[in-house]
Amino acid sequence: MTPSIDVSRIDPILQKYTNQAGALIPVLQEVQAVYGYLPEDALKRVGQTLHVPMSRIYGVVTFYAQFYLTPRGQHTIKCCQGTACHVRGGKGVLEALERELKVAPGQTTDDLKFSLETVACVGTCFLAPVMMIGEDYYGKLTPNTAVKAVRKYSPKAKSEEA
Amino acid sequence: MERLSSIDELKGLQQEILGATDPNRPRVRICMTGCRAFGAVEVRDAFRKSVSEKGLTGKVDIVETGCHGFCARAPVVAIDPHGFFYQQLSARDVPRIVEETLINGKPVEDLLYKDSPTAQPVSHEKEVPFYREQMKIVLRNCGQIDPTSIEEYIARDGYVAIAKVLSSMSPDAVIEEVVRSGLRGRGGAGFSTGTKWKFARNAKGTTKYLICNADEGDPGAFMDRAVLEGDPHTVLEGMLIAAYAIGAREGYIYVRAEYPIAVTHVKKAVADATALGLLGEKILGTDFSLNIKIKEGAGAFVCGEETALIASIEGRRGMPRPRPPFPAVSGLWGKPTNINNVETFANVPPIIHRGADWYASLGTEKSKGTKIFALAGKINNTGLVEVPMGITLERIIFDVGGGIPGGKKFKAAQTGGPSGGCIPASLLNLPIDYDSLTAAGAIMGSGGLIIMDENTCMVDLAKFFLSFTREESCGKCVPCRMGTKRMLEILQRITEGKGVLEDLDALKELAPMIKDASLCGLGQTAPNPVLTTLNYFYDEYRAHIEEKRCPAGVCKALIRYEIDPKTCTGCSLCRKACPQAAITGKAKEPHALNQSLCIKCGICYSECKFDAIQIH
Repeated sequence: MTPSIDVSRIDPILQKYTNQAGALIPVLQEVQAVYGYLPEDALKRVGQTLHVPMSRIYGVVTFYAQFYLTPRGQHTIKCCQGTACHVRGGKGVLEALERELKVAPGQTTDDLKFSLETVACVGTCFLAPVMMIGEDYYGKLTPNTAVKAVRKYSPKAKSEEA
Repeated sequence: MERLSSIDELKGLQQEILGATDPNRPRVRICMTGCRAFGAVEVRDAFRKSVSEKGLTGKVDIVETGCHGFCARAPVVAIDPHGFFYQQLSARDVPRIVEETLINGKPVEDLLYKDSPTAQPVSHEKEVPFYREQMKIVLRNCGQIDPTSIEEYIARDGYVAIAKVLSSMSPDAVIEEVVRSGLRGRGGAGFSTGTKWKFARNAKGTTKYLICNADEGDPGAFMDRAVLEGDPHTVLEGMLIAAYAIGAREGYIYVRAEYPIAVTHVKKAVADATALGLLGEKILGTDFSLNIKIKEGAGAFVCGEETALIASIEGRRGMPRPRPPFPAVSGLWGKPTNINNVETFANVPPIIHRGADWYASLGTEKSKGTKIFALAGKINNTGLVEVPMGITLERIIFDVGGGIPGGKKFKAAQTGGPSGGCIPASLLNLPIDYDSLTAAGAIMGSGGLIIMDENTCMVDLAKFFLSFTREESCGKCVPCRMGTKRMLEILQRITEGKGVLEDLDALKELAPMIKDASLCGLGQTAPNPVLTTLNYFYDEYRAHIEEKRCPAGVCKALIRYEIDPKTCTGCSLCRKACPQAAITGKAKEPHALNQSLCIKCGICYSECKFDAIQIH
């Protein structure tokens, strides 16, 4: 499933950070911005150029929530599970999304259309319960309105209405 | 603009900006941060269009500001010099505002805030109850100025405090002033800021670092985000003063990558301040220099802990280490380092500008100044508020916050996020300051304030926080890694109706061990939500265990949904929405719910317009 990638695309990034202390995390952030995730071949190149062992890179990548080792869906859904969303029913919204997309949080749909994520707060508690699809906010959700919002991005998905 | 090479030139620039400003020129202030999620961009575009159609281009300023605080009424717009406050706007409303207010100088009544219960429209921003009770020191510019304009900051006495420091104060005098002000760290722990600076100043070594902790991670907290988005220069000015005091020439702002607007505004602020000679080498022509770098976090709650944050800046896994040595002695790259949070830095310029005596006159004996809270949860006026220390919880919730929606009863307030505790209704008179909150088993924390009503289950809430801390535990020390997991398992059992009374003893035994033995603040405070709910809501735990009942109607395993045939109109909304096809019935006849198919997703409950779905 991992497509072949052109690792030379990250050379300008690596050049910019050569000999900079503490560069690993910003480098990984910029590499991920290129591919949408962190392909293994790109990480090898990062390690060789910055002289950081793969074990340390793997340790850092798996520590931070922001980094992905697998390709992401076209749309990332961030379903907020912060405190305000929790007390206003955010869990029901998440469960409805899981049923609709047939993936668990952290996973991507088989057609690479959606990645479902939970976040601990998007800082728009007045919209609770809230989710973001890409850069768009959807607030004051119910399980049903959340599913309807997702279907807008996926016109082919059939509605299972009786 | 040209680089300023002396303090006099800064003063001259301020006079020049003020001289070119007409105080009577209409100014439309549109919140372009949080309100964006509710259509502020469309409102701004409508203002631009309408203003140009009416031939007012060049006669009216349309200013994109930071957060006005009243997020519940988004999108909000305030208009100067009239002081009118409009709320819940849509692009459609804008032409009327342009016509009535900008041209005729009158308010548009139906777009004003309506006071409850009188329903009288309140025309002026400062008369809206939500704002009336507040005291804005840190947020003084938020919602007032364009945060991407250094000129607007300078016009409102921006960089006056650093000018005062550079022209007339020694580093020790600055520290003394901050100590005397009584300012305590706003990140949560509440340590004296001036004393912390003194440690860093007295530490041996010539290279010292200054870090601004903007890794605001508490769910339900957005104070620092608002300050960075709405007034980034005040944070930079606070950092300048701190760097001068401790002797640092290099600073970092470690900001959550989840805050893209904040990152953009801070980067712009650093670039503009550098261009004007307010950052960089030989600031304002003096021998003082400070360079600031911005580091974006990569998503780890524990990085709010100072030693973990340092590890993250160094490019490593963000894991804390034992203290001492404290960062003031050995921090970033092993050098003396001072870390303060965004709100702490933002307090510093007003303290220096207006003096320690003024600041120390605000608040309580041991907690000075103001505190920003992010009000959220089951409260009418969700938003950002800045109140004097010592105000009671009751006044925040009912006077500023407008009470609980839907006529429900207030049950508890959670301060300090996952590290804090629940304060019950019996403590509504509690003054909000560091020491009273600690005595109640909670903590001040960074300022998240989540309000809960009778429909919130306190056992479920404790489980929610524990699942958060367990997830975010970095795994380095056993008490936190294993302890939070064991506590969570017990809470899980209780919410599933499988708990026994001995579980409560086990929770009480585990909690102090985790608090005492964990390496960092994350583990040391993780049991707080469990301990406070056990303390104040013991009966609710017992109901889950002894009666297998969730009094708030939240815990799935202990509730069932039923359709009340008397109330059901047979509208069939629930039947169509049910993902399990568990609801049957003919149109216009009461429907029935098949319990064996029901997965308790609650969709029917949220869809029903007639309150016919009941939780038992």
